[in-house]
Amino acid sequence: MTKKKSVLDFLSENTFIHILLSILLGFLVGAIFLLIMGLSPEKAYGRLLDSVTNLKGFSYVVVYSVPYIVAGLSVAFSFKTGVFNIGAEGQFVVGAMTAAVIGILLPDVPKPILIPLCFIGSMVVGALWGMIVAFFKIKWGINEVLSMIMFNWIAFYLSNFIAGLPGIHSDGSAEATKNISDNASMVLSKDFIKQAGLATTANWGILVAIVIMLIIWFVIEKTTLGYELKAVGANKYAAEYGGINVNRSILTALAISGALAGLAGALQLMGMGRRISIFSSQEGFGFAGIVVALMGCSNPFGVFVAGLFYGALVYGGSKLNLVGAPTQLINVIVGTVVFFIAISVIFRYLKYLKRAPKSSAQPRKGDVRS
Amino acid sequence: MAKEHVDMSTPVIEMRNIVKKFGDFVANDGINLTVHKGEIHAILGENGAGKSTLMNQLYGLLKPTSGDILVNGKKIVMNSPREAIEAGIGMVHQHFMLVQPFTVTENIILGTEPLKGTTLDMETARKNVVEISERYGLSIDPDAKIEDISVGMQQRVEILKALYRGADILILDEPTSSLTPQEIVELIEIMHNLTADGKSIILITHKLKEIKESADFCTIIRMGKYIDTVDVEKVDENDLASMMVGRKVTFKVDKPEQAPGQVVLDVRDLHGVDYRGVEILKGLSLQVHAGEIVGIAGIDGNGQTELVEILTGLKKGTSGDATINGVSIFNKPPHFGFEHGVSSIPADRQKHGLVLDFSIEDNLILQNYDRNPFSEKHILKRDPIFRHASDSIATYDIRPDHSEKRPAGTLSGGNQQKVIIAREVQNDKDLLIAVNPTRGLDVGAIEYVHNYIVGLRNKGKAVLLVSFELDEIMSLSDVIDVIFDGQIVASIPGKDANENELGLMMAGGKKA
Repeated sequence: MTKKKSVLDFLSENTFIHILLSILLGFLVGAIFLLIMGLSPEKAYGRLLDSVTNLKGFSYVVVYSVPYIVAGLSVAFSFKTGVFNIGAEGQFVVGAMTAAVIGILLPDVPKPILIPLCFIGSMVVGALWGMIVAFFKIKWGINEVLSMIMFNWIAFYLSNFIAGLPGIHSDGSAEATKNISDNASMVLSKDFIKQAGLATTANWGILVAIVIMLIIWFVIEKTTLGYELKAVGANKYAAEYGGINVNRSILTALAISGALAGLAGALQLMGMGRRISIFSSQEGFGFAGIVVALMGCSNPFGVFVAGLFYGALVYGGSKLNLVGAPTQLINVIVGTVVFFIAISVIFRYLKYLKRAPKSSAQPRKGDVRS
Repeated sequence: MAKEHVDMSTPVIEMRNIVKKFGDFVANDGINLTVHKGEIHAILGENGAGKSTLMNQLYGLLKPTSGDILVNGKKIVMNSPREAIEAGIGMVHQHFMLVQPFTVTENIILGTEPLKGTTLDMETARKNVVEISERYGLSIDPDAKIEDISVGMQQRVEILKALYRGADILILDEPTSSLTPQEIVELIEIMHNLTADGKSIILITHKLKEIKESADFCTIIRMGKYIDTVDVEKVDENDLASMMVGRKVTFKVDKPEQAPGQVVLDVRDLHGVDYRGVEILKGLSLQVHAGEIVGIAGIDGNGQTELVEILTGLKKGTSGDATINGVSIFNKPPHFGFEHGVSSIPADRQKHGLVLDFSIEDNLILQNYDRNPFSEKHILKRDPIFRHASDSIATYDIRPDHSEKRPAGTLSGGNQQKVIIAREVQNDKDLLIAVNPTRGLDVGAIEYVHNYIVGLRNKGKAVLLVSFELDEIMSLSDVIDVIFDGQIVASIPGKDANENELGLMMAGGKKA
């Protein structure tokens, strides 16, 4: 069709450009807030850019982004398979706590064994956390979004409870767990970090994130499992008719998504945190995963880039107070970006409304009638 | 058909030499249409011939590239449906636009709510609705909620809505595509009530039988071009079909005599409940032999749906048995039946037949993705999948060409059905269950589907055909089983069947 394309058509067809535009608008709205506060957007954004464009800053961005990337992959995977894993937050928390407990209680296990053990533990518990919700949905038809939100809180209080247990709780005055054993830490050697001038918590978590990204892409695009899960996500009736076990697919999808979110928790702990604090509110890594998945269009590679971007915002944002701008500005920007990305759904709907009455009237050129 | 209600001296609609282009694609190429007061005028054309484009111009949704539209002799230019409504034109779309939790009255007054002071005058509204409903024999309950009433009733609500807004000219877009045969009869009656009162109706359809039964004149459009306007009385269905597709269409399916083989499907004393838990299958038994088409004739709601759901594993029966070549498939999951010889063309192709977001190549392997040659050790093999799709597209004439990677949802209904047929035929199972396999398709596609079904039978496969189109049952079946109240009440050879007798038995009359 050579009909002139409207802005609406353009935006709803070019997801990438739409997302870039959303990000731009996010910064624009952020700038308006800065101006209202009497601050210079140029200075604030310059600071933001400066803080992430040197080697040390960038290494911080990479470190910060690892949990966001993996949590984003978790949510993106669930999107692809037709379930909405809003429970990534809870799975992240239980995964991190599992890794912490293993890392604290087994301090003498050698590194090459302890680290995989922490990974596996966090993935198994994260998967279980997701599967319980799937089980409720399959068995009693309980809406997964509701039970996931509840399970997020259960995970939150469970984590606080475990962090207070003797043997886990810090010996000092900190309201947190002990630090995990050095054998469970992924942080690179101090000398190397110093020599190379990297972030103090520089670690190899990004490699894990890359591997996970490739695996998820492979599973979704190349395997029969991915085919099954996508079919169930796109049309569970046809999938069932075609002989796919729908319930098993939902269970599998949430198990994999949960395992990834759990792993994201472990990576955050073993790469940066080293211990888990007793929190008064949810930390929000899992929720950030939803944002990252949205920005990345649920595409594994897109999610990777979106995770880096998110990490850059969070790290750069922490430097904003140096120019007198509030760190919360980042939340304004991110919120606006998500808002405009979510609008893409509305764009599509508007286009649908415009087209719907004449849908059958506009066969594409070359369409031959049956 | 008598035409005394048509006032030939008063044209209410004139569309003159309408051309509508989308870019370099010409959807309407010089179309003329004249509709008189009190006339039912059918617009006939294949899917995508340009019928809806034409009507959308008449309803102000699209603007013609060139050409004139005259309403009641006055040339008008419409920028939106509002102007069409003001000119007395109403349109009932194929997909209804009703608010489900609202009552009939609430839906009808939506947007033109009568007021008493500042509050809604529901009483007057209700009275007006009842008055119009009674005048045209619509028998609508003004207080029923939309979600509680049948599709046929919802359509009447749409018609009433148009009348309420003062429409004198009604455009009905494929009005019968989701109606049962009984509802179709009632709709035609309503249409005649309307024209008797001086309303005019434009009927968009590709169903020839309905045109013969209801319309006064028929304008035929093919590939966007105006072909002819004919007096319906003076042509038969064959003439109409030929004009529509541009070639001779044979309704008779060439079906050689052949002796049935052994029993393939054996259903014994099947009991089952419907979605409300009410027993609807009450000891149904039937057999389908190799090389035989058994047609199930019956009025919707007598257990056909449940029978098919149980046979395809989507639903569990309460008792009885069903076997394929001696193996019980009763209360087994869908893939078990598939493994043991059941393939099916489901009633709702977009819900059960296809994953619309999936490409054609992926839809073609829906039951076979997990086995050779399409995958090995859980890894999909894209090359064989693509080649399979290319072959299927060529062999089964799926259009457009080179659409292997195109989402199934972008195909026309007929081509979507071809994808399903390609898949099910190539599965090469002993039994094919086909449910309303030609619903919503135009004659060209219907002919195609029928040939494939008969071809399977000729190859010695068993076919169970469930259809609400009695013509289809009668022209294809070797044996017709009449279903009534959850049982097969009669089983007669297809060649002996006659419509009246079948109709009587379907309605619970005496057994043959």
